Amino acid sequence: MAVNYLYPEYEVARNYDRCIACRVCERQCANEVHEYLPDANKMTCDDSKCVNCHRCVSLCPTRALKIVRSGNTYKENANWSRKTIDELYKQAGTGGVLLSSMGNPEDYPVYFDKLLLNASQVTNPSIDPLREPMETTVFLGAKPQDIRRDNFGRLLTDIPPHLKLSMPVMFSAMSYGSISYNAHESLARASEALGIFYNTGEGGLHEDFYKYGKNTIVQVASGRFGVHKDYLNSGAAIEIKMGQGAKPGIGGHLPGHKIVGDVSRTRMIPEGSDAISPAPHHDIYSIEDLRQLVFSLKEASNYTKPVIVKIAAVHNVSAIASGIARSGADIVAIDGFRGGTGAAPTRIRDNVGIPVELALASVDKQLRDEGIRDNVSIVVGGGIRSSADVIKAVALGADCVYIGTAALMALGCHLCRSCHGGKCNWGIATQVPKLTKRLNPNIGFKRLVNLMTAWQHEIKEMMGGMGINSIESLKGNRLMLRGVGLNEKELEILGVKYAGE
Amino acid sequence: MRISAGRLDFKELNKRVKAAPGNVEIEECYGQRFIGSGLSGKTVIINGTPGNALGAYLDGATIIVNGNAQDAVGDTMNDGRIIVDGSAGDALGYAMRGGRIFVRGSAGYRTGIHMKQYQEKKPVIVVGGRVGSFLGEYLAGGLIVVLGLAGESESQSAPVGNFTGTGMHGGLLFIRTEQALENLPAQVWAQDAKSTDLEIIVPYVNEFAEYFKMDAAEILQGRFQVLRPNAKNPYHQLYTAN
Repeated sequence: MAVNYLYPEYEVARNYDRCIACRVCERQCANEVHEYLPDANKMTCDDSKCVNCHRCVSLCPTRALKIVRSGNTYKENANWSRKTIDELYKQAGTGGVLLSSMGNPEDYPVYFDKLLLNASQVTNPSIDPLREPMETTVFLGAKPQDIRRDNFGRLLTDIPPHLKLSMPVMFSAMSYGSISYNAHESLARASEALGIFYNTGEGGLHEDFYKYGKNTIVQVASGRFGVHKDYLNSGAAIEIKMGQGAKPGIGGHLPGHKIVGDVSRTRMIPEGSDAISPAPHHDIYSIEDLRQLVFSLKEASNYTKPVIVKIAAVHNVSAIASGIARSGADIVAIDGFRGGTGAAPTRIRDNVGIPVELALASVDKQLRDEGIRDNVSIVVGGGIRSSADVIKAVALGADCVYIGTAALMALGCHLCRSCHGGKCNWGIATQVPKLTKRLNPNIGFKRLVNLMTAWQHEIKEMMGGMGINSIESLKGNRLMLRGVGLNEKELEILGVKYAGE
Repeated sequence: MRISAGRLDFKELNKRVKAAPGNVEIEECYGQRFIGSGLSGKTVIINGTPGNALGAYLDGATIIVNGNAQDAVGDTMNDGRIIVDGSAGDALGYAMRGGRIFVRGSAGYRTGIHMKQYQEKKPVIVVGGRVGSFLGEYLAGGLIVVLGLAGESESQSAPVGNFTGTGMHGGLLFIRTEQALENLPAQVWAQDAKSTDLEIIVPYVNEFAEYFKMDAAEILQGRFQVLRPNAKNPYHQLYTAN
């Protein structure tokens, strides 16, 4: 083997006092880390192949395994971190563009963690959600500007189409192809059970899942894969994907070897053909062009479905969102730079885009200042990890949030960030049959329902503590937030006061 | 059913087109957009100038335009026919997956970009005149034929603009011209069409000639160059897992 200068980042630490050489780890690892030595009747391993996904750790019946950080170190250097050095060696060895998965893991500020919630004391009684009704239902779509009546004084109720959700959380766009059939089934069934929505991503909708259409958002991206009239009419809403938080400004490229079987049929392209989604929609170079796509979709779906426009959170996000709010779209979705991906160039993922908390606060303020906040609902994703993040996002002005990474973690994802390898040991980000069958949709769906049910309880608890019994009253209610460890500019953009003020 | 579009709002016009029980003839069309979105099972004849996104997501209907069309004709079209007895604007047949588009005159920039094919679905675009730059960009499937009929004798240049077939990774482009095609990207491989190649386009040139009352045999006598994706220079970037 040629010298590649790379020493494994992780080591598989095996406790041989516990190991019974049952070879479960060997069978479970698609990366072929573990190997059985018959002569010695013991297991050995190749740490260099380990992606730290914890599949073997979780399934080892005697808890003989753990993954530890490799003790090997370069000469300490505050400027050249181990990560930077390793990446340089990889590129010098291959000439390739570094490819990564999942959300930006770098040490940028997490503003949700610097915002604290209010609670009632003495003067404004808190509400006990176990005793009092608490409303977490939200409606997404354009709100009518005024009340209209006909000639007889009767109320005209032909308002634009809306999505009704039992709680302000949806599963964000993840295509069939980037994740498995069983992962999609889990998301679809959980959405139906919870009364929320999941999103097909840009890979089309598998024929088996048309029955979950009432809880499905269908996506239209620059490649238009799997987009046809039945698809547009099968979902409850149509999302135009302009950008993604993990890779703003660049498109997608699903290599031909992943376009197999049902993935090929669902995307409606031949097996083995590359699926290229260009960076821009080449028919959209302006807000006017966007308006045209919005209305062609509305015409094709007879104005029965809200149209969402999803963008990545970038520098001028509030001006862009203002344009979207004037384009005829019903919902604007903003994806922050922490948002996940099945594959993105490392440099893009780690260096492009802005935190969703700042983008959200800025968009909400801009739309209110311009008097067009009710033209659209705002959905944010890319960094929502808990019910507390949901509550804080709503208080910063969101109508609803998208979760992707958190949903995949409920299905077993251990954030090894190796989706681009296509060998997900948890059966999520893979199309290999022996791996995909590891994700049981009966269990996966239940775990998603568990997670959302728990979050809903927590959301009600936090609302009750603030003396708020309807999530709508919390929307954009920044008085319920205080900042810690933030400078004046950050507080100004977020529109919150410092703790103690 | 005849509908006079006149100054009707596009929403109202399209509502009437959809609601019409059978075929529709639109008179006095003054740029109304989105005519025939997702339409199937009928023929729509348009006298005048339809607006942008004519026949978007078209699903089997036939649209005949007696006049010019504007941008984004047949966007993401799935099936059916669009016949334009005039010229068309930019982004003709964007991401089209099935059906056929015939334009007697010329078409604008980005004609047939990101067209794709799947099983029995094979989209076809035939443009009689010239096209702008970025013809067949990202082409993944289907067939585009540019005939260069409109005044090549006056023009000394090929009937296509710059960047033809950039990022092409499937499908076929046929260009009828005596001129050499220059500045083609590395992903494209061009050669003079052989008789076996021409067989592929004969039925569509015949159909084109029939619609616009031209002589197919005469058209087919010209020099055709065929552009294919060059498998030796595939459209991808070398990645390193990180």
